[in-house]
Amino acid sequence: MGLEAKLNSDGFLVTQLDAVVAWARKNSVYPMPMGISCCAIEMMASADPKYDIARFGSEVMRFTPRQCDLMIVAGTVTYKMSHVVRKIYDQMPDPKWVIAMGACTSTGGMYRSYSVVQGIDQFLPVDVYLAGCPPRPDNLLNALIQIQNKIGRTRARDFQNLKLPELNVIQNN
Amino acid sequence: MELKQLISQKLQTSFPEAELEFSEFRNEFNVKFNKKFVNPICKFLKEDSELEFLLCEDVTAVDWAKRKNRFTVVYHIFSLKLNLRIALKADVDETDCVIDTVSSVWKTSNWQERETYDMYGIKFKNHPDLRRIYMPEEFEYYPLRKDFPLLGIPGSLPLPKK
Repeated sequence: MGLEAKLNSDGFLVTQLDAVVAWARKNSVYPMPMGISCCAIEMMASADPKYDIARFGSEVMRFTPRQCDLMIVAGTVTYKMSHVVRKIYDQMPDPKWVIAMGACTSTGGMYRSYSVVQGIDQFLPVDVYLAGCPPRPDNLLNALIQIQNKIGRTRARDFQNLKLPELNVIQNN
Repeated sequence: MELKQLISQKLQTSFPEAELEFSEFRNEFNVKFNKKFVNPICKFLKEDSELEFLLCEDVTAVDWAKRKNRFTVVYHIFSLKLNLRIALKADVDETDCVIDTVSSVWKTSNWQERETYDMYGIKFKNHPDLRRIYMPEEFEYYPLRKDFPLLGIPGSLPLPKK
């Protein structure tokens, strides 16, 4: 009888600290609902009882970036709005992830125009691109699961404290 | 008497030098005139007791690209009394891209003229607050002109640093 089996039978679970932290972190992702246009309606629908984003522990949509670790950019980002999106992203504490929800956010979509940023990856690090115009709520849930898998693979040493000058933060303009 | 005849007659007698042209397209009555007369004509149409064009629905412009008078400024106005909508038009050339404001006549046209300025670069003389309304103030181009590329000019609008 090994040590692990003995501990298990006594009601203990042996694992790595990294795995526990990643498990806890991935099952309580707090989204920042950056709803800019029609994708936001589908994002809201994914929170309703039919699709129920709470099944994945992400029902706490915080309307302040300081309590969030996942930004769902849902909608057409114009050049004027891009500064606001970036500022909100900068206010979120590390570690943080970004979903580019929908065609407009990922590539500019049907707005092939001078006023619309042709893909938010020009100014934000994007983790998951989400197809659709707008994507259905189950598609958003799929993106969330992808993010959860990504978070589940992280280790504590991936998120080292940075010294203040190294932080990529825009000061008040 | 038919309304359109009434309007054209009244304008002809009041503004004989305004180079008035009347036309009709799909039941919409168009009045074209020299741009110098835009303010008095608009004031007349609004304040005449038989017409009362109280509502300025839209101010916009047309860019004809290669025509001699490159732009046409268009005003869509509506009379609640007559239940009639007419369009006023005045040509503006690129070299003298200025027309008088009508924001003293209809207050609504303040923002509509700012939009026209933002998109076509037509300046409205005596406008109380002629600034860009949609594009950033430091933007140097006029997006709805025909020579402006659809995808814009790279680097003309700033993006945040990555």
